[in-house]
Amino acid sequence: MLTLSRWKVFLVIASAVFGVLFTLPNLLPQSVVDSLPAFMPHDRLNLGLDLQGGSYLLEEVDTGALRKERLTNLTEDVRTKLRTEQIAFTELGLVGDQIMARITNPAQVDAAFKALSNSLGGRLRSGARDVTVERRPDQHIAIAFVPQASDAAAEDAVTTSIETIRRRIDALGAKEPVITRQGTSRIVIEAPGESDPEKLKAIIGKTAKLTFQMVDTTVPPDDLAAGRIPAEDEVLQSDTPGAPPMIVKRRSVVTGEMLTKASAGHDPNTNSPDVDFSFNGIGTQRFAEVTSQNVGKPFAIVLDKKYIEAPRINSAIVGGSGQITGGFTEESAHDLALLLNSGALPAPLNAIEQHTVGAELGADAVRAGQISVMIGAALIFAFIILAYGLFGGFAAIALIVNGLMIVGAMSLSHATLTLPGIAGLVLTLAVAVDANVLIYERMRDEVRGGRPAMSAADAGFRRALTTIIDANATTVVAAVIMFNLGAGPVKGFALTLLIGVFTSLFTAILITQVLIGWWFRAFRPKTLPIS
Amino acid sequence: MWPLIKLIPHDTKFPFVSLARLFATLSIIAVIATVIGTFYPGLNLGIDFKGGTVLELNTGAVPVDLGKVRGALTNLHLGDVQVQTFGQPNDAVVRFQTPAGSSPGAVVTRVKGAITQTLGQVTFSRTDVVGPEVSGELKAKGVEALLAAVGLMLLYIWFRFELQFGLGAVVALFHDLTLSFGLILLLRLEFSLNLIAALLTIIGYSMNDTVVVFDRLRENRRKFKRMPLRDLIDLSVNETLSRTIITGLTALLALSGLAIFGGESLRPLSIVLLFGIVIGTYSSIYVASPIILLWGAKRDDEEAKPIAPQPARP
Repeated sequence: MLTLSRWKVFLVIASAVFGVLFTLPNLLPQSVVDSLPAFMPHDRLNLGLDLQGGSYLLEEVDTGALRKERLTNLTEDVRTKLRTEQIAFTELGLVGDQIMARITNPAQVDAAFKALSNSLGGRLRSGARDVTVERRPDQHIAIAFVPQASDAAAEDAVTTSIETIRRRIDALGAKEPVITRQGTSRIVIEAPGESDPEKLKAIIGKTAKLTFQMVDTTVPPDDLAAGRIPAEDEVLQSDTPGAPPMIVKRRSVVTGEMLTKASAGHDPNTNSPDVDFSFNGIGTQRFAEVTSQNVGKPFAIVLDKKYIEAPRINSAIVGGSGQITGGFTEESAHDLALLLNSGALPAPLNAIEQHTVGAELGADAVRAGQISVMIGAALIFAFIILAYGLFGGFAAIALIVNGLMIVGAMSLSHATLTLPGIAGLVLTLAVAVDANVLIYERMRDEVRGGRPAMSAADAGFRRALTTIIDANATTVVAAVIMFNLGAGPVKGFALTLLIGVFTSLFTAILITQVLIGWWFRAFRPKTLPIS
Repeated sequence: MWPLIKLIPHDTKFPFVSLARLFATLSIIAVIATVIGTFYPGLNLGIDFKGGTVLELNTGAVPVDLGKVRGALTNLHLGDVQVQTFGQPNDAVVRFQTPAGSSPGAVVTRVKGAITQTLGQVTFSRTDVVGPEVSGELKAKGVEALLAAVGLMLLYIWFRFELQFGLGAVVALFHDLTLSFGLILLLRLEFSLNLIAALLTIIGYSMNDTVVVFDRLRENRRKFKRMPLRDLIDLSVNETLSRTIITGLTALLALSGLAIFGGESLRPLSIVLLFGIVIGTYSSIYVASPIILLWGAKRDDEEAKPIAPQPARP
């Protein structure tokens, strides 16, 4: 085994060159790295958010709200359909997750059933309808979503939300955020840098559903106080605290999707901040129609089920543009414009996990990590050389190459180095020595057993191998499980361990072998320095 | 006398097995103490597993007025809020549980707003929020990961050695996990995801150590067919002793650097790892091997005749 075949020497040199080359960008200042020729590697270690500072947000689509909204919309569809078919009904409303309606005339139940089953809902990916319509006793009809529909809706909502969030964050100018889906209803947002996490969260979490709804002025205040409001109306709170609630028609005249552009500006009369917007074709037409029919009546501008303001229509608005002036600050006007431009979220998002580390704290962690890696490595070198002399020195050289290969491999593969990952690095270096210890102890045994130096060294490598592999397999198992445990920092730890096991096996066995082989060839020793 | 390895006598004959009874008693006492400790005083669960929020804030040149911070938060009805300084007087840490039914993300925004309003100049250097749903999942995942690790190790040893060895190794693993857990209880360390990673690493290391002893045991069993198992174990542990010491010391040296200089957030992880390495080494000698003795292991010559399959009864 100690014969120095050409490929062994080649592998050793290649691995050392690889390690140096790919570690180099981490040691040079950015300006030098940028000026390196194109064939040289430029990638640096990808530092985790705990080391470079930044925010990790786990947002969950509020599936409850999504379901509720879908059911509300479906209820309105039922109402509209039955009215257009001129079928009289009563008791339309939600019973649990079902919509129930009672058809007044028994002779029309069949017609109602047919009309509803043919028109309601959409289709699932499988092609089946996502709504079931069933007849119930006493002229009732029950309408419900099929179970798969809510999963599909949540998935669609996540997809749309990711796009919307990306547009919003881009507009905010945050630095390279990573947005990924997790499971069916969750979104992970990792934003490095010093961006204010609360601002980020506010911008991400706002549904930003804009609607224009007519105000129902026919309901007397007493009825409002008693909660007696017509079925097609809803009560909205104001977004300015203290303002009275307002009754508006459920049906919205125009919605945020019909906007083409919004921007923050100033009211020409009062010079206070406002948001200017313009509608697309359909929006312009609808708005013109409604405003011309309702001159003198107020309409409400509603954002996320809270009204911002309710101006009176003075004349028909046909130009397809307008302003919202609702007591904005410069910043809130700017934010609203940003939200309107990037579109609404299909459902509210809840931040269920957040980890933010300030850049300064991250830099402290990097410094502490660097110091402890260097001290750890120095202690290992000192100890191993003290313990095994020249052979310890060989092991130390292998260890240096090992460290370079780990850093190089991580830089190359864009693996993320986290703070626990640094601990993993230190531990890996320590455990890497174990392979050499096993080999050297084996050699000592063989010498004791009466073998001459060369043959003992050879047998040491050969016979320690199974033990080394068995021993490292256990680390691999532990690391793989850790990696699957999830959560960023721990994943980083597992990854460092895992990469480390493979580079350690390679360097501890092969590099020391080549070094010892050279030593034998150069000095023709009669004894081993460790026996 | 250099290199040092020459100082370690090569044919030690420590009667490890004869002390096994004593150490087994000590181990059992420690395990029982840990089990009691889990109920009282109980585990100091971090927000990873309990849910809640931890904020670290810094007020620049002025010291933090803790009373003011507490005052600002009482109006928010958060229940039990802890406010403490740590390190410098201008650094404080705020901990609270998210009230049931409210969005964890939204609550922390309000809390930060209230603190900023009261203190004026303040920077939040760290924000950790874990919702109850997430913490529940992490807890389940953590337990699952530990069990999966132990289970896979059993399978691996069974596959590479034989069942008795696997059982010995697994008992040793449970021993190491329990005692490391005991240390976490004793030092009142905050039990976080990082510590689960530490425990998993200890599983890996402890196994690594056990495998080395087992490997030698298997080899010696072939070499000395007439030697009683008890003596074989003593011989194998003694033969691997210098490796055990050197590898263990290397790991301890490297990790102590990490524990001292690695900063506040890595300290619990490094302390548990340090302890785990000591206990993992101890258990390979005093738990895993004696268990094999207890169970007995088949000798190679017996292995030569496999159990004949029973003919199926009509």
